Amino acid sequence: MLLLLKFDARTVREPIISLTAIKTGALINILRADVGARRGELIVEVPDQKATEVLEILRKMGVEIQEITKSIAKNENCVHCGACVSICPTEVFYFNGENRVELRAEKCIHCGACIKVCPTSALYFPL
Amino acid sequence: MKTIEEINEKIRRGEVCVVTAVEMKEILSQLTPEEAVKEVDVVTTGTFGAMCSTGAFINFGHSDPPIKFRKVWLNDVEAYAGLAAVDAFLGATKPSETRELYGGAHVIEDLVSGKEVELRALGYGTDCYPRREIETSVSLEDLNQVEMVNPRNAYQRYRAATNSSDKLLRTYMGTLLPNFGNVTFAGTGEISPLNNDPNFRTIGIGTRIFLCGAKGYVIGEGTQHSPPFGTLMVKGDLKEMKPEFLKACYFPGYAPSIYLGIGIPIPVLDEEIAKALGIRDSEIKTTIIDFGVARRQRPVIKEVSYAELKSGKVEINGEEVRVSPLSSYYMADRIMRDLKKMIEKGEFLLSAPVERLKQTESFKPMKQKEIRIVKDVMARAITIEEDLGIETAARLMIEKSVNHLPVVDREGTLRGIVTSWDIAKAVMRKASKVSEIMTRDVITVYPDDPIAIAVSRLEKFDISALPVIDAKKKVLGIVTSEALSKLLGR
Repeated sequence: MLLLLKFDARTVREPIISLTAIKTGALINILRADVGARRGELIVEVPDQKATEVLEILRKMGVEIQEITKSIAKNENCVHCGACVSICPTEVFYFNGENRVELRAEKCIHCGACIKVCPTSALYFPL
Repeated sequence: MKTIEEINEKIRRGEVCVVTAVEMKEILSQLTPEEAVKEVDVVTTGTFGAMCSTGAFINFGHSDPPIKFRKVWLNDVEAYAGLAAVDAFLGATKPSETRELYGGAHVIEDLVSGKEVELRALGYGTDCYPRREIETSVSLEDLNQVEMVNPRNAYQRYRAATNSSDKLLRTYMGTLLPNFGNVTFAGTGEISPLNNDPNFRTIGIGTRIFLCGAKGYVIGEGTQHSPPFGTLMVKGDLKEMKPEFLKACYFPGYAPSIYLGIGIPIPVLDEEIAKALGIRDSEIKTTIIDFGVARRQRPVIKEVSYAELKSGKVEINGEEVRVSPLSSYYMADRIMRDLKKMIEKGEFLLSAPVERLKQTESFKPMKQKEIRIVKDVMARAITIEEDLGIETAARLMIEKSVNHLPVVDREGTLRGIVTSWDIAKAVMRKASKVSEIMTRDVITVYPDDPIAIAVSRLEKFDISALPVIDAKKKVLGIVTSEALSKLLGR
């Protein structure tokens, strides 16, 4: 499960991810981090079987949580060149057996790097 | 030994044996070339990639009163009008003057898709062509000839790209991530037309080809043709093309371009031709070059085969680097199979070349009056050491009449820079040593960098001089904006 965590001026100072990991034993993978003095945002990957536990603790500690469900998508402009394949930090894009570019949307971390790279403007975030 | 006429006779009778290049590799792993000649008549090859040297000659018909184009635009993309009255050449990479991410390629795509485009033109107003301007909208069927004529398509192989610099680069080879973050390459390797006929036995002037769904022709060697980096000049009728085999694209930071689908049938006339059709990706070599260096001779990082590139990963400096193709094998495969069907159905006959293409390597660089590099314009740098006093710095500037002093250590290695402006600040702050006022994060250039790089750095960072250093940061000289202005005459 992919989560967008928002921290406010108070929660941004606490070692919340470490606490959650120790308490639940969940392996929390930080995919993106933008931490400032008074606020912070993380995108983390949490194993599905530990998700309820993790969510409960994070909520209790005052973290704002959004689940990321709609990830990168591709329209019919795609010519299956693969320019995106080497750009994506989490290897969302791959060639299937027929040499068509397919995507593992669940791995997307919403960085948007691929959108500007696609020569035929085939990639977008669905609204 | 077969002839093209015999093969065409088989096509007409519906008895021809056609296979794709992929299938032919498989056949040649079972049969000898001699046996394969007896079994197979035609092998279809294909490529689908961004081909910048693409465009179309268009005849618009005459207006009333008539006009001779002085300038002409289609959807605000300017076409070349230095031809007869209402002829123009529209190039794929010309950007629109008003629309973002739109260019000549997109106009070509819009026309093939049946859309109307806005025509705007200015005339000279002559006795025979009095009209001075016109605005109208046209679609493909309103036009007379619309001939795609492409000076350079279907590169046999191409140099792969990477980026050693610490900045992300937007290039015609796609986006190159900093610090060897990725590699991109173009071409379809072992299924690409010219790799399957490396001696240009059957692909030559007059060869009938599949061009974006239409029947097209090879009309000569392409520009920059230099085997084994061979290229083709081709033509085809835009009115017969199918939108699925032609796709406008845009490489950010570079220009519009266009993906084209090209398929070429190779008649299996003899053993030599059959043998060449067995070529594999592992035998097709190219180099990975470094776009981090903005010179014509970009440094070669390493030699690789298309098999390595297609594997999706190559090793650079001991690290695994991911690879992106820029050509589409999926589309190339479709083209080979479509062309195979067309031949089997008797819709596509082969043609023998009337002239062979050049088989020797030759590609000259541009003859320039002078290649201007930093080394040619740099001046001797007056340097200072950081523990010296401000007065010494001020005196040096006055005596040598310079405004910039690179700060160096005993070995001459760059540590910082002080300017006359910094001296003024020092007076106000009552600083005493150079080290207190120098800028430590210095923007520099290398002696072999082109002058254009120095100019763009001066502009980008809004500074007036750049120390010239070597790889060990030893100061070799300095280039100032004054010196460059004088040189460039502005």
